[in-house]
Amino acid sequence: MSRLSIITQDMAQATVEDMYKDLERRITASPPGLCPIDLSASFLKMAHAQTCGKCVPCRVGLGQLINLMEDVLDGKGSLKTIDLIEKTARSIYNSADCAIGYEAAHMVLRGLEGFRDDYLEHIERDRCNFSLYQSVPCVSLCPAGVDVPGYIALINQERYDDAIRLIRKDNPMPLTCAYVCEHPCETRCRRNMMDDSINIRGLKRFAVDNAGNVPLPEPAARTGKRVAIVGGGPSGLSAAYFLTLMGHQVDLYESKNHLGGMLRYGIPNYRLPRDLLQEEIDQMLSLGVNVHMGITIGKDISVVELRERFDSVYIAIGAQIDKKIGLTGEDANGVYSAVDILKDIGDGIYPDFEGKRVLVLGGGNVAIDVARSAVRLGATESNIIYRRRKADMPAMKEEVEDAVAEGCSIYELASPNSIETDEDGNVTALWVQPQIVGRISDGRPKTSDARENPVRIPADMIVIAIGQGIETRDFEKDGIPVRRGLIDAWSTADVKDIPGVFAGGDCISGPATVIQAIAAGKVAAANIDNYLGFHHEIESGVHIPEPSLSDRVPCGRVNMTERLVSERIEDFDLVEKSMTYQEAMQESSRCLRCDHFGFGVLKGGRTERW
Amino acid sequence: MVNITIDKNNLLVPEGMTILDAAKSCHVSIPNLCYMEELNEIGACRVCAVEIEGRERLVTACNNVVEEGMVIRTNSPKVREARRTNVELILSQHDSNCAVCVRSGNCSLQDIANDLGIIEVPYKKTLPHARWTEGFPLVRNYEKCIKCMRCIQVCDKVQDLQIWDIANTGSRTNVDVSGNMRIEESDCALCGQCITHCPTGALRERDDTDIVFDALADPEKILVVQIAPAVRAAWGESLGLSRDFASVKRLAAALRRVGFDYIFDTNFTADLTIMEEGSEFIERLGNAEDHTFPMFTSCCPGWIRFIKSQYPDMLNQLSTAKSPQQMFGAVAKSYYAQVLDVDPSKIFSVSIMPCTAKKYEAGVPVMNSAGAGQDVDVVLTTREVERLIRAESIDVRYLPEEELDTPLGSGSGAAVIFGATGGVMEAALRSAYYLVTGENPEPDAFKDVRGREGWKEATFNLAGTDLRVAVASGLGNTRRLVEAIRRGEANYHFVEIMACPGGCAGGGGQPIWDGQELAGDRADVLYGLDKISDIRFSHENPSITKCYQEYFGKPLSHRSHELLHTDHSKWELNPTLWEYDK
Repeated sequence: MSRLSIITQDMAQATVEDMYKDLERRITASPPGLCPIDLSASFLKMAHAQTCGKCVPCRVGLGQLINLMEDVLDGKGSLKTIDLIEKTARSIYNSADCAIGYEAAHMVLRGLEGFRDDYLEHIERDRCNFSLYQSVPCVSLCPAGVDVPGYIALINQERYDDAIRLIRKDNPMPLTCAYVCEHPCETRCRRNMMDDSINIRGLKRFAVDNAGNVPLPEPAARTGKRVAIVGGGPSGLSAAYFLTLMGHQVDLYESKNHLGGMLRYGIPNYRLPRDLLQEEIDQMLSLGVNVHMGITIGKDISVVELRERFDSVYIAIGAQIDKKIGLTGEDANGVYSAVDILKDIGDGIYPDFEGKRVLVLGGGNVAIDVARSAVRLGATESNIIYRRRKADMPAMKEEVEDAVAEGCSIYELASPNSIETDEDGNVTALWVQPQIVGRISDGRPKTSDARENPVRIPADMIVIAIGQGIETRDFEKDGIPVRRGLIDAWSTADVKDIPGVFAGGDCISGPATVIQAIAAGKVAAANIDNYLGFHHEIESGVHIPEPSLSDRVPCGRVNMTERLVSERIEDFDLVEKSMTYQEAMQESSRCLRCDHFGFGVLKGGRTERW
Repeated sequence: MVNITIDKNNLLVPEGMTILDAAKSCHVSIPNLCYMEELNEIGACRVCAVEIEGRERLVTACNNVVEEGMVIRTNSPKVREARRTNVELILSQHDSNCAVCVRSGNCSLQDIANDLGIIEVPYKKTLPHARWTEGFPLVRNYEKCIKCMRCIQVCDKVQDLQIWDIANTGSRTNVDVSGNMRIEESDCALCGQCITHCPTGALRERDDTDIVFDALADPEKILVVQIAPAVRAAWGESLGLSRDFASVKRLAAALRRVGFDYIFDTNFTADLTIMEEGSEFIERLGNAEDHTFPMFTSCCPGWIRFIKSQYPDMLNQLSTAKSPQQMFGAVAKSYYAQVLDVDPSKIFSVSIMPCTAKKYEAGVPVMNSAGAGQDVDVVLTTREVERLIRAESIDVRYLPEEELDTPLGSGSGAAVIFGATGGVMEAALRSAYYLVTGENPEPDAFKDVRGREGWKEATFNLAGTDLRVAVASGLGNTRRLVEAIRRGEANYHFVEIMACPGGCAGGGGQPIWDGQELAGDRADVLYGLDKISDIRFSHENPSITKCYQEYFGKPLSHRSHELLHTDHSKWELNPTLWEYDK
């Protein structure tokens, strides 16, 4: 007999491995609102299946925890049951031999803290605090509540114009979102349970690229009410669009040279072509919005005055001022803020990066945009300095990958220390302190100074992109409440204690996403309409096709393709390619139509109008 | 050396010492359940968990070693809670019907639960499905198993038979026969070491005391009982008697009060075995070309089961002599029936053995040479006899010593050491020397084969011939020895094998003392009895001489062959009398 042999995977094990992947995807697609005790008991059941069986706490204890939690769920528990669950979980946590046991118990302990109320509700009232509220995952997760299954079905029937009309009901900027939306709709797509989420943004892009010019709906009869909107970014533009449709007169104030906000002054042309953006904005405004360019509210006109002159005011000024990092040498020649650079680029003024070694400090989308722009502007080196690990970067994963593909390097775990200059005050290098990744707190690992000497990274230009702040000073002065640097407004967009004044978008949340800004505009429009004494309803009038009854078989997701790196780094033209017709038809037919199949047919499946 | 603090004690202990041992050294007792020194240091029960200052989670004392500056608490609130919870969890899956358990009063789980003052278990009782083969001499009660894994370890590491294994996964993890086999399909030697190392009543021998009570109730039956050598060194342990007090004569008194008609000694047939096996060995030596050496002893049925399943090609190297138990059974129902002048079928033959495999041996279908049913009707282990005495409410403390009956109640000093590893070899050599030279050797001439070492070898000069012998006890040692012989690395003329470590003194049917190995202490008793014995050679036992004169003629005679020898190849490993309980 041979002494050793290669371990090969048998069919059973291979099947189990597939099941693990299925399970992972299934959890990804888990609908929110499920009973957390039921879920933990179910997870515990799986953890119990994982036990090797050696030790008592894990082999016996996890099962007894399940029994106790089932008692709670079945209405057989008492307050003593909670104590026993807690004591048992604590003992398992303290005395289990390995992570299979103690981490499972830890989950239960966290649950006792995190959703104790639900335990009590089950015990005292025999009811669950939770209920399923996201019946169609993509619609629920879209901040604007766009009817995703509806427009995918329309695309599948080649009714691209109707698809655009349907999207516009909730989101008046389908083109912008087709190019740059962060697509939260895809995260819990039920299709994950089979194979992978639908490429929703890609399909929207296909619709936009193929719909041609789709006329806007007719606005409602004039109400005679006037609304001022401060800020021409996605939130202000969306509010303007909907309010105009509702028959109100909108006056839009923009301090910069162009409309679009961060869409223009943050996102480079290669991701969102400026001419297309401008076309979309122009069409939105064609409903009859009065635009006032180059006027800064708070300086040229006070918000108080604006409030007096209009029936309502919507503040959507975004988050566009740079943050200082507080480094020695931050005022040296060659140190720029990302906000300034992107603003210039937005206005068509391209900085001179030719032959320069550029360092970008930060890990967000803005940092990536600057670094990629630098490559296109001829920088010999364009490197990103980030304090944490690459995996911890808040920037979109695809963006980071693209940046690396285009030649940007990422220095992870490097905390900027100081900027070195020559005698003329020009940047010569950045000194960074190497970091070590450490304990996890609030879901992400902290970093701290590693026991290593600072490292010198030579540079000709340094761009600081560590986040943006909100220009609140002038508003605060005029009595607008500000809290922690943000304008203090409710989730209804009402500014606290000032009737008629609304605020939304980045200026109340901090830098966020386009679709969140658009959703804020939508919310503001609805609530301003109500405030003005109306209840206009927005609808699309598009009839959604009946779902196909054909079998849904597992099928790979169509991903977007891009222009070759060598080609695209030479210009600022669009990087991403559209889907082909064949791809779009296949991808759209993958949709499971959760609006029809499943809970969506009972509740929450479709909002025809709002 | 490292400095540590355990509770209030500051100690200096050797590096690499476990926390459990360090605590022991300062008389701090840390409760534990699954721990078995050297064999099972796996921290499975988590009862020995202790708190170490500066560490959030507890660690087990049995398998973690001390570190410099360690501050250990064995009774902190956290420890107390976890220890109690873990015992409660074990109890939630344990059939705690202690009143009807053979291990009641000798159960580590019961002790710990009682010590902790657990009078109620807050968890749902969940007991596993129990399916076992009815009638098999080894009984497993799944509902009492606490999954300490000791049986697996003893069988793997000491006996090297891998009968037990972890079965199923996850919450249904259990201990069961390996390879998804049923016990009767396995190669179990029935040594019973798993029983004597089980902390609870999950493993036990088949209880046959009822059969004895039935026979006692039958006025037609003449109850003859034989007491194996090793039993006399251990039977009083659980009754709270000292080894001196718990003599074989006092056991005889107790058995008489139970109602046995004739109390005999397996020592008698141990001497008979020496006559037959010794003669056979000398005969084989004389016709060396017709035989493969070594010749192996055949008195241990655990070993017989082992060789039959593991090395069936070597069966012809076994001595054909039956074991003393089976010789006794055959003699009782033939020679002794003749002495008593009764129909042999009236004789009910009981044996008291330190062994579980003896229950199998007595039931082997060919073990019926006397023609009156099985030669041995019932085998009771030392533990069953102790229970029998307790059941009869016999207060042994007030019993006198009583002589055993004649003629089968006498044995030599050579016979009594059968109960210890090396004893059979020593006894055989004493008589072989006489058979070859015609004169007795010095009685202690062959004491080199004594001692608890697992594999011993010695060379003795027998009338000018160097005789190479070996002795192994424990089946793991046995396998090593047999493998060495098969590879040609070891060469012997004669080999004694005992399946249990230390021989019958440490037998699987002996009283259970959790955490202690008593084979050595018991063997000391046996060697002591040999030393003070008037007769120290089997061939000098007058009853043996008389038996040959009156009945067998001489060793290896035709009648000897009929009654005292066997063909081991005819032994079925799995008699059909066992039924799988569905």
